[in-house]
This record gives sequence, structure tokens and C-alpha cells, in this order.
Amino acid sequence: MRNRCFRVLLTMIVGLAALAGRAEVTARPDSPPPTAEAGGYVDVHAQKGITCADCHGATPAGAALPAIPRERIPQLCGSCHSDVNRIKKANPSLRVDQWAQYKTSVHGIKFEHGDKKVAICTDCHSAHRILPASDPHSSIHPKNIAATCKRCHSDEEYMKPYGVKTDQFAGYVESVHSKAMVERGDLSAPTCTTCHGSHGAVPPGAASVAEVCGSCHVFQAKHFGEGPHKQVFADLGLPGCVTCHSNHRIKHPDDQFIGTTKPAACARCHKKTDPGGRAADAIHDRLLYLDHEIAGARAVLDRASRSGMEVGDSQIELSQAGDALMKARVSLHTVLPSRVEEDVQAGLKITSKAHAAGEAALHERTQRKRELLIPLLAIFAVTFSLCFYIVELERGGN
Amino acid sequence: MRATETVRQWVDERFDIEELLALARHKTVPMHRFSIWYYLGGLTLFLFIVQVCTGLLLLLYYRPSAGEAFESVQYITSQVKYGWLIRSIHSWSANLMIFSAFAHMFSIVFLRAYRKPRELTWVSGMALLFLALGFGFSGYLLPWNTLAFFATKVGTSVPGQIPIVGHSIMLLMRGGEDVTGATLARFYGLHVAVLPLITFGMLGAHLLLVQKFGMSVPPSVENKYRGTPGRLREMRFFPNFLLRELVGWNLVLAVLLTLAVFLPWELGTKADPFASAPAGIRPEWYFLAQFQTLKMIPSKVMSMDGEVLGILAFGLAGGLCFALPFLETLLGRRGSLWVRVGAALGLAFLGSMTVYGHFAK
Repeated sequence: MRNRCFRVLLTMIVGLAALAGRAEVTARPDSPPPTAEAGGYVDVHAQKGITCADCHGATPAGAALPAIPRERIPQLCGSCHSDVNRIKKANPSLRVDQWAQYKTSVHGIKFEHGDKKVAICTDCHSAHRILPASDPHSSIHPKNIAATCKRCHSDEEYMKPYGVKTDQFAGYVESVHSKAMVERGDLSAPTCTTCHGSHGAVPPGAASVAEVCGSCHVFQAKHFGEGPHKQVFADLGLPGCVTCHSNHRIKHPDDQFIGTTKPAACARCHKKTDPGGRAADAIHDRLLYLDHEIAGARAVLDRASRSGMEVGDSQIELSQAGDALMKARVSLHTVLPSRVEEDVQAGLKITSKAHAAGEAALHERTQRKRELLIPLLAIFAVTFSLCFYIVELERGGN
Repeated sequence: MRATETVRQWVDERFDIEELLALARHKTVPMHRFSIWYYLGGLTLFLFIVQVCTGLLLLLYYRPSAGEAFESVQYITSQVKYGWLIRSIHSWSANLMIFSAFAHMFSIVFLRAYRKPRELTWVSGMALLFLALGFGFSGYLLPWNTLAFFATKVGTSVPGQIPIVGHSIMLLMRGGEDVTGATLARFYGLHVAVLPLITFGMLGAHLLLVQKFGMSVPPSVENKYRGTPGRLREMRFFPNFLLRELVGWNLVLAVLLTLAVFLPWELGTKADPFASAPAGIRPEWYFLAQFQTLKMIPSKVMSMDGEVLGILAFGLAGGLCFALPFLETLLGRRGSLWVRVGAALGLAFLGSMTVYGHFAK
């Protein structure tokens, strides 16, 4: 009897151990096993009084916690996080559509079809070290999102079965968006989830990329929509912004980005002699011209300022020429030289005025130096007269 | 000539100016190898007159409020005919006046012109020097540019370190906890009303005392001509010395005009109280020595606050300067030597710290 009980108990233990092992077999490396430190007070669940048993189930004291099977995790998390009444007690501002969104995402759809390699809740948020997105240590803090996504999406071996490229992170870290986030600390700069979504993550389609970029770059998107490229790109099935600017490795475009001389983006499709190429070169030349005029006007005003002339108002006005140049660089998305010329002309009007003001200031400077001679001559004449008078006075015995 | 004679007679019949003119005719100035230093006092007076004249012209356009001060100075400099010239002359003349006042003071010390009976002439002169520094300090803020704002912020925080009364003094100077439009308003009042009023009074007293006691002769010259006082040459103040002063004033006027045209005073950028102080902010050169000294004093000196110690030391030095004539008497036979050594060390300290402060990072 005793032997039989012992054998049953042993079988149960082994079975439980096997279950625990199986739960981890397809999971990506994540947070370490729960310890007092890892699952300590910093975890947002622990802060709200949620215990191990709330997820793992009640176990006798001292017994090891059973691991939660991977296929059950989204549902388990969703059971609370989709419950409005439960969540609003803990954090009224927290959304409750994560699970619903997840089910529409590429990850969620594949997961439903039995692919256990795709990301689930704990892969991004961690299991026991869940921190709010506002915490800089959180895996979902804006600065850390790209690194979180990278864990899978930069792993060539892991992503091979999906036929998805793995250069997104490498491209992103070179982009202006990453630099804005990392170097300038601008947390509003886009990261992976900004364009792809977080729980409902999907790559934007060719037709909808401009919508994604245009949510921030409103005027560029508007001008693109006004120009001939919109229809042409749609007909060719090319994604709007990405065709020229790339999707992840988005570099800061300078005036050399437009035109038909490499490395200009236009040169990928247009030659110098075709209408598009001629338009690109015309826009490029006008932008450079305005930039040159602004620099010239600034140099004159700086020279006048350094020589002591007051040209503050003109310098402030000249900054509006810089605004005009910026507008021209935005309106070039129409790829219509006539449209760009409107902004260029507005800028040239300002630079011309500033240049004239600077030259006038320098001219006045020279005038002042010349005019100084008159009072100096008068003063020296008076001084000389005084000296002469003193000599005469004292020669006369006074 | 008949017309001038008629006018002179008319005035003399009513105000009896003949007596004053007789006094002026008899006043003489000793002529010796140190006579050149006698011109410094008149030069300082001339520069003060320039300040008053240019200041009155600037007053016509200047607006003493935080919202308008900078713009009004900008207007004066760019729109008002010869406004740039008046403003630059006013700024350069201020600096030259303070330099001239210091030079005059040190020349008095080294020529020992503060000796009996000229002690009060010295005291009134010291008061005028401090009034000139007050003019410089209060006037510096008026353009309300970045440099002026932060220099005033630093400058007004220094008296705040004085034990017990420091905070009250700082509040009085600033018109509040921070440098604001209230500070500008009271600095303006100080600069155009309070200080001129006091200065005119003190200047009148100083000139009266100079007239009363005449020009001092340095002890070395006195000793040289002790047996034969008649051999010490003298020139009449009016018109000989005065004509020479006019020559000097003309030349200084030429220098002022040249400086104003070739090195016009900068307008700077409008003060932004919410911005952080620009790196390397420092006061004008006449406060640079004290500023640099306070920067170099360790934070703790024998368990006392270093900055407080520095401020108290400056206060003590100022007090000793005022009491110089009486101090020399107290120090006995070697008093004059101690005073001259002290003055030389003081001059060397001020000069070297000013230069160091200018080039220090």
C-alpha cells in the first residue's frame, strides 16, 4: 500500500515537472524566474497587490509554482486587462482593448493558428518585472521599444521561417527618428510601435504608409497628395514616402536629396533629360539659390553687427527667410517647380531686403567714420588755438 | 565788447560778482614736476558734465520698464538721429570717468594731498568716487540686456551675504527677491534722480573745499623750496590753468568721439529672466577685481564663510580709504610710508585682479 502511494506521488511529481518544462520549451528568453527581487515592489502588479497565486493559481505553502503554459498567457492577461470594471479600479486611464487589438495583429493571428514563436504579452512586457511605459527601465518605455522588438526581429535564425528581413533595427538606429529619441531625448519621436502599432502591430501597406507618416508630417503628406507622384506611385504599387525616404533607415534629407545627381533620391527613377528629372533639378537649383542668398544676407548683417551697427531687426526678419526655405523644402513634395517657386520667391524678397539693410548699415558705418573728421578737425583747431593763445598769453608776461 | 561790458556791469550791480572774479584772478596753481596730476580732477569733472548732458538727451527717449527699456535703447541707437553717438559717448564717458576718478584718487594718495587741512576734501572725494561707482552700477542695468541683467543679479546678491542685514539690503536693492522690472525702476530712479542730487551736493562741497584750501604741494616739493618759498613757480588758475584744462578736455572729447565711432557700445540681446546665465558672466571692469577676489576665496576660511569674509574685507578696505588722512596721523611718524605702501599694494592688487578677472575662464 505504502509503495503504491509512493509510486502515485512520484508519478504526479514527475508529471508536474514535465508540465513546467513544457511551458518553457518554445518561449523566448525572458525575465528570470521569479525571485523576491525580480518580482519585488517595482513590478506594477506587485504594487497593486496582485500575488503569484492570482496568475499561477493557489498552491500549498512551500510548493513550487506551476508554470503557465505559453498558449494560455494572452488569454490569462486578457482576462483582467479586458475587464473594464477590474482595470478602472487599479488604473482608470489604462486601455482595455489590448487583447482585442492583439487578436488583429500579425502576432495574434499567427498565434491563433498555433504559432507559438510569435510575440505574446510576456515577451514584450516581461512576466514578473512589468513596469509602466513611463518608467525608463521598462521594456516598453519609448526609448526601449526598438530594443524589445529587436530581440526577435533582428534574429535571422528566428525570423527565417517568416521570410521577414531582420535589418529594421540596424536601419532605425541610423535614422533621424532614433537620433531624435536617443540623442535629443524627444520621447515623441517615432519608434516601432508608432508606425506599426503596439498590440495591433501590422506593417502598414503600400497605400497606407503615407497615412502613417502623414500623421506627423502633415504638410509633406498634403503636398505629396497634390502632386503627380501620388497617382503614379499608387499605379506602380509603390509606398508613398518610403520609396524616397526608406521606412526604417530614414536619414535627414538635405538639398542634395533632390535632383538627378546621385545620391539624390530622384536619380533612382529619373534621368536629367526627362521631365521629372528636369523638374527635380530645377527645384534643387532654386533651393540652393535661396540657401545661398540667406547665407549671403546673414554674412552682411553679421559684418554690420560686428562693426557696431544695430541690425537686430533685420536679423530677426532674415530668420523668416529661413522659414520660407523650410516651407520650400516641404512644398517640394508636390514635385512641382512652380509651387516651390512661390515659397522661394517669398524667401528671396526677405533676403533682398536684409541684404540691402546690411549694406546700408555698412555704408552708414563708413559715413560715420568719414564724418568724424569734421568734429575732430574742429576740436583740433580749437585745441591748437588754445595752445597758441596760452603761448601768446604767457609770452606777454601773463 | 561794449555789449559784454554792459552785461557784466548789469550782473555785477545785482550780484556783486566782482568779488568772485577777484578771487578767481588771484587763485594760483603751483608748478612743479607733479603738476600734470592736477588736471585729473578737472578731467573727471568734465567727463561728469558729459555724462549729465548725454544722459539728459537719452532721458528724452528712454523707457524705464522691463517691457520697453531694451526696445527704447534699440530705438535710440537705430532710429534717433545721432542717438547711437550720444549713447556710445555716454557709455564710454562713464568708463573713462571712473578710470579718471580712480587715477585722481591714487594721485592724491601718492602726492599726499589728503594731509591737513584737506582731510574733508579727501572724504568728499572718496564719497564722489563711490557715487561714481554707484552711477556705473545703476546705469549698467538700464539697457536691460542679458549681460546687464545677469551682472546685476550677481552684483546685488553679493551684499545679500552680509550677516544680519544682508538680505534686507538685497531686497531694498532689487525691490524683491529677484531682479525684475521693479529693480529696473528703482535703479533708474537712483541713476537719474537720487545719485545726481547727492553728487551735485557733494561735488559742490568738494569744489568749495578745493577753492578754500587751494592746490596741495607734495611734501618733496615743499621740502625742496622750504628755505626759498618764492622760487616755487605758480601759474594763475584763471586763465592759464583753465586754458590748459580746456586743452585736455578737448583732447578727451576727441578721444570720446573716436571711441564712439570706431567702437560703438553694443546693444546685446534683450534680457530673459527665465534663461540661465550665460557662461563667463562678469561685471564691468571697475568691479572685476572684487568679483574675481570673491570667486577665488575658498568657501570656508577658518570655519567662516569665505564670501562673507571677502565682503567684510572690502567693507573694511573702503572704510580705511575714507579714513586715510586720520589713519596716517594715528600711525605716527611712519604713517605716510605705511599709507603709500598700502596704496601701492592696493593699486597692484586692483590692477592685477582686474586683468586676471578679464582673462580668467
